[in-house]
Amino acid sequence: MPSSDYDPASLPDLLPLYYRRLFPFSQYYRWLSYGGVQKNYFQNREFSFTLKDDIYVRYQSFSTQNELEKEMQKMNPYKIDVGAVYSHRPSQHNTVKSGTFQALEKELVFDIDMTDYDDVRSCCSAADICSKCWTLMTIAIRILDRALQDDFGFQHRLWVYSGRRGVHCWVCDEAARKLSVAARSAVTEYLSLVKGGDETIKKVVLTEPIHPFISKSLEVVKEYFSRYALHDQDLMGSKESVEKVLALVPEDARSYLQQEFEKEKKPEKRWKLIKEEALRKQSTAKKGQYFENEIMLQYCYPRLDANVSKGVNHLLKSPFSVHPKTGRISVPIDVSELDKFDPFSVPTISLICEELDRPRPGEEKEKLEDAKEKADEKDAIEKRKSRGAGGKKNAKIYLKLLPKIHLDST
Amino acid sequence: MQFGGRKKKSSTIPQSELYGQHLQFYGQPPLENISLSEFETFAVERLKLLKTVENLGVSHVKLTDQYRRKLESQLKALNFPYRPDADDKKSQSGPIEYEKRRKDHISHFILRLAYCQTEDLRRWFIQQEVDLFRFHFTELVPKQQLAFLHKNNLHYDTISSEEKTALKDQLINSSFGISGIKVMEHEFYKVPFQDALDLVRLRKVYLKQGYAYIPHQDIVTIVLNDFRTRLSKALALTARSLPAVHSDERLQPLLNHLSHAYVGQDYSIQKNVGKISLDQIDSLSGKSFPLCMRQLHQSLRENHHLRHGGRMQYGLFLKGIGLSLEQALQFWKMEFIRGKVDADKFDKAYAYSIRHMFGKEGKRTDYTPYSCMKVILSNPPSQGDHHGCPFRHSDPELLKQKLQVYKVSPSGINQILELVKGMHYQLACQKYFELTHNIEDSSFSLNHPNQYFLESQKLLGGGKDIKREMDAPQRSQENSASKGSTGTQEVAANTSQHLAEMTEDLESFFQEA
Repeated sequence: MPSSDYDPASLPDLLPLYYRRLFPFSQYYRWLSYGGVQKNYFQNREFSFTLKDDIYVRYQSFSTQNELEKEMQKMNPYKIDVGAVYSHRPSQHNTVKSGTFQALEKELVFDIDMTDYDDVRSCCSAADICSKCWTLMTIAIRILDRALQDDFGFQHRLWVYSGRRGVHCWVCDEAARKLSVAARSAVTEYLSLVKGGDETIKKVVLTEPIHPFISKSLEVVKEYFSRYALHDQDLMGSKESVEKVLALVPEDARSYLQQEFEKEKKPEKRWKLIKEEALRKQSTAKKGQYFENEIMLQYCYPRLDANVSKGVNHLLKSPFSVHPKTGRISVPIDVSELDKFDPFSVPTISLICEELDRPRPGEEKEKLEDAKEKADEKDAIEKRKSRGAGGKKNAKIYLKLLPKIHLDST
Repeated sequence: MQFGGRKKKSSTIPQSELYGQHLQFYGQPPLENISLSEFETFAVERLKLLKTVENLGVSHVKLTDQYRRKLESQLKALNFPYRPDADDKKSQSGPIEYEKRRKDHISHFILRLAYCQTEDLRRWFIQQEVDLFRFHFTELVPKQQLAFLHKNNLHYDTISSEEKTALKDQLINSSFGISGIKVMEHEFYKVPFQDALDLVRLRKVYLKQGYAYIPHQDIVTIVLNDFRTRLSKALALTARSLPAVHSDERLQPLLNHLSHAYVGQDYSIQKNVGKISLDQIDSLSGKSFPLCMRQLHQSLRENHHLRHGGRMQYGLFLKGIGLSLEQALQFWKMEFIRGKVDADKFDKAYAYSIRHMFGKEGKRTDYTPYSCMKVILSNPPSQGDHHGCPFRHSDPELLKQKLQVYKVSPSGINQILELVKGMHYQLACQKYFELTHNIEDSSFSLNHPNQYFLESQKLLGGGKDIKREMDAPQRSQENSASKGSTGTQEVAANTSQHLAEMTEDLESFFQEA
């Protein structure tokens, strides 16, 4: 695969090219200006850059798109984070009277990181991901996207691949940007079902009544459970894995199932036994009757990093930023084609820079330069680098997002 | 003297009508003259009340019978208004009741002056006032609640029967205790979700397209949210008028003492800096650390890493026991290097946050070590975290195993688990203290991990230095404020003896609690 050609040491050479020819500055600026309705919205936005040798600079801000371009082309940041819109220009925060420099607004954001699932995935751990566990991200996006739209009424949601082991969501509605810390925290808690650290064995406990949000989330999990958990993760296969699952089952049911599993070895059949036992419990006991659903949720339900979502001033990696370790560009994900998204096909900076120098047959460089002027610039980039699924669509999704916000704000 | 702005919503209500019910939104400041002694008494008594609210909130589930009884007895003892007895209508009007309500009104506004100054003070004050309001409001019957809402201009939109029918199943499944019949019989209010955060947070309400569909019985939560928001805004406004208030020499000493008093000992002043060497920490963690810190220390040694929540909780604790900044940097660096972090990366990524903890970076606040309340109530741990309170956040089974490993006797473990079951986390930790130090009765009331450490060291023969720190005067959260207090202490000594006596009373009250 071409992306395996990426070498972090080449970043100093690739980044200038990326920022001069490929980074979609005009769409980026248009997004963050939100129609220019609120005065100084872009000017008061905080950016932070991680430069070469891990030098980290905060409180960067820019007056115009041009200034943003020039600075980024000068500094060639390894990583770009986007923060809040403040009461004053972040770059001048030291001149402001102490206490009056405040974060006022920011998109509602979510960060889902595969490492938070280490206790429930057997294929990988830590920073590694594979096609088997990527399903967890698919499930997460489907559940959260539906809730953000149907339950909370948020229309403008941008999902982005983080570049290595997770996804981010940017909710850009005006109402979302104006949410207080308390509101963000409440939304996050509403969306959280998996609770507890290493010291907690049973991380999901369901009680009556089962809220419609939970029912709808379970529907999504059930769509994927058989293939993902029983097959790909072999949940009911290895002794170790089965033990972990049975630890989540009430004691009386546990001993019964342990016995049955001595005889029954097939994963699907084993899961069926669990389902039947749960059904039996529901008609008799008051407690512990939902353990089948609780298991599914503990193994599949999205795990959010609450601290990322709660703070108005929290900085999050920018879309179209490069991931220094993998070289992959943080590209938007097309939710309508979610099952086709493949993180391993996401273009790396080395790939797209390489293709810049090598014009494809039938496409002149000049045509590409022209395309940049228009809103299809994203489209052109994706045409050049797209090989994996969703490449072209990324551009359209990104562009689709922006105009609607304009209309909202007027 | 101006306190806050007039609210747009409420029109000017005459003072007599303002006290029409025993609870209020505190929309309007009191407009009368009062004596200095009444000023002091009212303030101190309300502070005692709020401190009780805080303590009850941690040791009991809010609004249970036991909680209500205890709070009501404190309201009676301090002469504040409380729920009318249904048959005793006479006691609801007349001069005695009027006096209580007047005191409630005035004391609330005085405490606003004392507690508007910093984020932490505001957060504490708002939390206790909201809890107190919740108590009062839930004592009213629905008819009275509705009357209160209308009187305070809170009109929420109800949904039509058609909409109720369409959403019936979802409504039944979203709220506890709502049957099909109840849905059709009772009113449901459609409210933007931002106005119903407490319900949203706990997923106790049906959400659709950004609106919460709230049964009348849950309107309490909405009202509380409203109360909280109003109070928060009011405090921000009050803070701006503070310079005018502080210029009055009669008021400044009292207001400072009030805002210092609530925190109690916060272990922010390091008296024992450098008295502890790094190689003592391993043995200290077994002997004198509370369970939460012992757990964090062990995790750190095992994994050569701690996540942010753990670094904050443990790092600040270490600062509190006397580690200097240099020692802290060395300690964390040595451990992290054993793991996946190289020296360079440590200096770039982690050293900053340690210096931040010591007030050497950013806005240079000298952060204070977390109290038990803070550890128990905020920032619960998730996957990969080791912070929090083990008595609160660990699975009882795992807690039991851990205590067995730490050689706590089986009967001791059972006692601890009983306390945990009753949600008495600090008492459970105190029991752990007693069992690990082989004493019958710890003579203190545990509310801070650093207190645990000091008491332990005292018991194990720590020496004079530590004892002196225990007797140190109480200070507030931020160093800047405490610098101000040395000045005001002189003024206090000069002005009223009465004031000094009163604040001594206050301190001893808190130490008993």
